Amino acid sequence: MKPFTYERVTDPRAAGAAVSRAGAKFISGGTNLLDLMKLEIEQPTHLVDISRLPLKQVEDLPDGGIRIGAQAANSEVAADPRVRARYPVLAEAVLAGASGQLRNKASIGGNLLQRTRCPYFYDTAAACNKRTPGAGCAALRGVNRIHAILGASDACIATHPSDMAVAMSALEAEIELLEPNQSTRRVAIDDFYGLPGSTPHIETVLRPGEMITAVILPPPPPGRQRYRKVRDRASYEFALISVAVIIATDRETITTARVAFGAVAHKPWRSIDAEAALKGRPATLTTYQAAADAAMRSAVGRGHNDFKIELAKRTLCRTLADAAQISIGRPS
Amino acid sequence: MDTSTKPTAVAVLRIGLTVNGQPRQLEFDPRTSLLDALREHLHLTGTKKGCDHGQCGACTVLINGRRINSCLTLAVMHDHDDVVTIEGLSAPEALHPLQAAFIKRDAFQCGYCTPGQICSAVGMLAEAKAGWPSHVTPDVASGQIALSDAEIRERMSGNICRCAAYPNIVAAIRDVAGGVSR
Repeated sequence: MKPFTYERVTDPRAAGAAVSRAGAKFISGGTNLLDLMKLEIEQPTHLVDISRLPLKQVEDLPDGGIRIGAQAANSEVAADPRVRARYPVLAEAVLAGASGQLRNKASIGGNLLQRTRCPYFYDTAAACNKRTPGAGCAALRGVNRIHAILGASDACIATHPSDMAVAMSALEAEIELLEPNQSTRRVAIDDFYGLPGSTPHIETVLRPGEMITAVILPPPPPGRQRYRKVRDRASYEFALISVAVIIATDRETITTARVAFGAVAHKPWRSIDAEAALKGRPATLTTYQAAADAAMRSAVGRGHNDFKIELAKRTLCRTLADAAQISIGRPS
Repeated sequence: MDTSTKPTAVAVLRIGLTVNGQPRQLEFDPRTSLLDALREHLHLTGTKKGCDHGQCGACTVLINGRRINSCLTLAVMHDHDDVVTIEGLSAPEALHPLQAAFIKRDAFQCGYCTPGQICSAVGMLAEAKAGWPSHVTPDVASGQIALSDAEIRERMSGNICRCAAYPNIVAAIRDVAGGVSR
């Protein structure tokens, strides 16, 4: 690990100035950043410890939503009775990620900002535009079984690894940010992340010195919520495909639906196309399959990951059926 | 942290923390992980280094009662924290119930992962007692957690055993959790 200096800030207003020096980075739980620093993929020369900032609370909002402090541990949020009762898709998504130990340490803000698990990003001997802009992408013609099928580019086919962010996308979360000049702004989670394009090293709209202070969840939409994750191991593994759905039905007609996929793109993938194909339609397998086709219409496989397109469709159908509590038998 | 240590040159940082009930003062390079501080500075070698990347769980310790991977955290970030390692769970003549259960159930072979398994199980049982759900809990909104074998396996998935003593690890934890023995 490269040498660095360390300081801890105890006032959120001091964070932006502290991180403004060249080579400085925030550290919170550290479960991803320290891993990357050991591999010298990340090489900060100064760490600003924000883990003790008073941003750990989950608070009710007057409109019926909640505000989750960015320094809350993943495990605390998944265990929060309000999250479990009103936003079960978020609790399920957080619990589907990492291990008990990691969830106790990892912060909510850090989860949002975790880096891809593309093996070529991790292999410093391989070409990676995300790690070294302009170097090329070894995954394009490499073993790309876990890689993106939507929204990718010839510069990068990495996926965003978070489960939590997928549920937050379906819940239309907003990210609250504090700028060094003390002004705050809110960004919808779907606008927070970008697609790789020709600049895959730029992953979010965070400005220099800006810090995530909270995630705001609006009141939960009507309907039943469900998160399903498909992966190579039963536990403690990143997703091959994941789906967050929220679906409301009235006498077997779908009144509203939210759909977001994980592990398919550079960002959590909200599928407005799937939602449009569900709304007003009967809650049947035929409808779910039409929604799945709509969601994957622009999907592109890169060879090893071709199976993910069909897997995403089937996972969506199964998850919709589970959430709608209407039996569809075995999807064909 | 001693705030007189200005973050300019590669400074030696100084912190105070409680380890197994004893107040300790430590000085180290900022890069020192909590794991290395425990093993190399305090010579508490019960906590093991496996992967050093948060993937195996061998380095699991309890911080303020919560289980974490000590390899993926900087020691300097634990100023004033309360750390419990495998050495702090019990005295040799009065084993922690989980230690006794691991022996009774033959829940290890080489033993390298065992301190991490036991510290993780201590933290896990506290989480279940607090009503925390898991990935396999049928209804996350329910406050009642029954520690079935499936629950124990899921909640312990952050601890890898290369000897694959998993059936006996589950049995040992089940014994202590008060679950029904098969």
